[in-house]
Amino acid sequence: MSSAYLPVLMLFGVSVLNAVGMVVASQVLNPRRATPEKDMPYESGMIPLGDTRARFSVKFYMVAISFIIFDLEAIFLIPWAVEMRALGWGGFVAVSIFMMVLVVGFVYEWKKGGLDWE
Amino acid sequence: MVDVLFYVFAAVALGGGLGVVLARSPVGSLLFMLATLFSVAGIFVLLEAHFLAAIQVMVYAGAIMVLFLFVIMLLNLGHDFRKDFTFGAGMVAAFVVAGVMAGFLARQFRGSGDHPLYAFFPGPEGMDALLAEQGAVGAIAHPLFTDYVVAFELTGILLLMALVGAIAIAKQRV
Amino acid sequence: MHELSPMAFAISSSIKVFLVFSVSLAVVAFMTLTERKVAGFIQDRLGPNRVGPFGLLQPVADGIKNFLKEETMPATANRPFFIMAPMLAIIPAVVTFAVIPFAAPLPTPWGVVGMVVADIPIGILYVLALSSLGVYGLFLAGWASNNKYALLGGVRSSSQMVSYEVALGLSLIPVFMLAGNVTLTEIVWQQQLLGMWYLFPLSLAFIFFVISAFAETNRLPFDLPEAESELVTGYHTEYSAMKFSMFMIAEFSHILTASALMATLFLGGWSIPFWSGDHMFWYQGMLISGFGADGAPVAAAPALWITLLTLLSFIVKTLFFILVFMWVRWTLPRFRYDQVMHLGWKVMLPIALAYVMIIAATILVLDQVGIEGFLFGAVLTLVSLLCTGIFVFAVDRDRIISGSTREPAPPAPRSPVPSGAGVRRVLPAGSPASGDL
Repeated sequence: MSSAYLPVLMLFGVSVLNAVGMVVASQVLNPRRATPEKDMPYESGMIPLGDTRARFSVKFYMVAISFIIFDLEAIFLIPWAVEMRALGWGGFVAVSIFMMVLVVGFVYEWKKGGLDWE
Repeated sequence: MVDVLFYVFAAVALGGGLGVVLARSPVGSLLFMLATLFSVAGIFVLLEAHFLAAIQVMVYAGAIMVLFLFVIMLLNLGHDFRKDFTFGAGMVAAFVVAGVMAGFLARQFRGSGDHPLYAFFPGPEGMDALLAEQGAVGAIAHPLFTDYVVAFELTGILLLMALVGAIAIAKQRV
Repeated sequence: MHELSPMAFAISSSIKVFLVFSVSLAVVAFMTLTERKVAGFIQDRLGPNRVGPFGLLQPVADGIKNFLKEETMPATANRPFFIMAPMLAIIPAVVTFAVIPFAAPLPTPWGVVGMVVADIPIGILYVLALSSLGVYGLFLAGWASNNKYALLGGVRSSSQMVSYEVALGLSLIPVFMLAGNVTLTEIVWQQQLLGMWYLFPLSLAFIFFVISAFAETNRLPFDLPEAESELVTGYHTEYSAMKFSMFMIAEFSHILTASALMATLFLGGWSIPFWSGDHMFWYQGMLISGFGADGAPVAAAPALWITLLTLLSFIVKTLFFILVFMWVRWTLPRFRYDQVMHLGWKVMLPIALAYVMIIAATILVLDQVGIEGFLFGAVLTLVSLLCTGIFVFAVDRDRIISGSTREPAPPAPRSPVPSGAGVRRVLPAGSPASGDL
């Protein structure tokens, strides 16, 4: 069964070689004439002010954690979906309860403003 | 072939693990962690655990590491994080946990064919037959939604707890 | 109709790997030209036409130029990560095509060769897993550049991609229900058996898949990570020459894969409509074309001309979606970031969850009643149409559909107060029709 992955491995090898080759080839071929202005980060012609690595809003963190929760839910649905017709109503009820629990969380997050982006 | 691949994946996984600890920047640690997770997924494929391999990459590499990425962005990167580590109670706890984990692993490796954990494992040929009959995902679906349905529902509650906890922490000051 | 020997498998696999890899890169190169030609057509100008006949050699010229141009890197950038980022973006983008079947199996003297690079048991989950890794290339590019615009672009892109990954996953669940497996070869086969493209019984899933695919590929109207009017070019602001080109190749490969997936999942893949001569599937080590009345499998007769014809069918379907991607790009303005998040989390997620349960219940009821075949598909089509109507109504909120069927508002009179009747339907500022163009 896992021999079916052999072409995937080959394709990975080819694409890694391709990516490295592109970087190396352009490194070799292109000219390099660095000036202090060229080495400056591009901020539409302005001289950059302040530190780039500022801290980010907690909103992104909320997006990431909601993503994990609901992505896991979607992943749990995959095996059920594949075998849904064989599992019948028993599986349907099990998934309904599972989903109900998570919908409670979803509604709570919505009401608390965790999904707002203002 | 399988043996060679196993050693390659195992070496990358261990090297990546070392890299996580030794990398100077947190983003570098994260990339090493990705390499480790990816090679563990490769080992899962060698063990015929196809669905688990896909989930390993989707959930750990694709979801949880993204959260780590955002956490790194939320932290103050100018701050030297190594000052936060002191050889205190946390370090002792870490060693205790690592020891317990090693103990469990040793116990698993010692286990013979009649060990309860192996009762479900039908062997390489049985696994091939099972996969051919039900597909890589179907083979997981039947036990998950019949014998282990309670654990499945509890997972839902665990996810709910995680979500509520995250909202409680993130929304504290707002 | 025997299977291949290990040696023949290895050789045929390497040929397929190299063919698919080089063809997909060539297609990507010509997609850049197509995009500029389509843009020219839509904006009523010519597009590139200087290099070669009809500008056909433009991608070659661009490639040479990209290799020879000077690359810049900010002195404050993180050097190893800056170089690694384009590689991390391009590798997952070009390997995802591996599991997509592109033609009917081809008979050779050494056995029947499946026209898919790798028919692995996890099928489309492989695509999902690898495309979820695309986030890192973009994020790392933004972070390593040490440029405020680039960093904002990187953070935006990762946040947007994860938001729509949930909807993307949920839109696939109904497909798995009908196909009963996650491999794309079986999804094509089940569509042939049903005699109906999944586009019809699962119309809402298709719409969600298309919307999420646009968001995942960072294309307009979801191109906030590189919104040029706000962020210069977003995460690849500091990249030039070949490294910039690598991000472009990654983006266009994603479009190619997404188009091929739409064709495979919802338009029957390589199968030719209204013709059963191309029905072929590996069933218990045997290539079959269907089941007889007694349930016994009937052996299929693969042929070179069938393979070529189905390949053509696959190319036409994929090309159609590629052109849709470009058409949309030059037609719709960009969303605001809060609109992107609102659509992903508050509209698509709940509706997709409800849709999954509705389709599941419908299939189970139909199975219990014993309805099969065409009627089965027809009932599902009706249910899906109903759900699609509800979704469109929820998104539209009485703005576009009823707004466009109404008489255009008369030109506002100069004198004191405009009459209220025609004004109520006038689009508010910031709505799509008045966005930045």
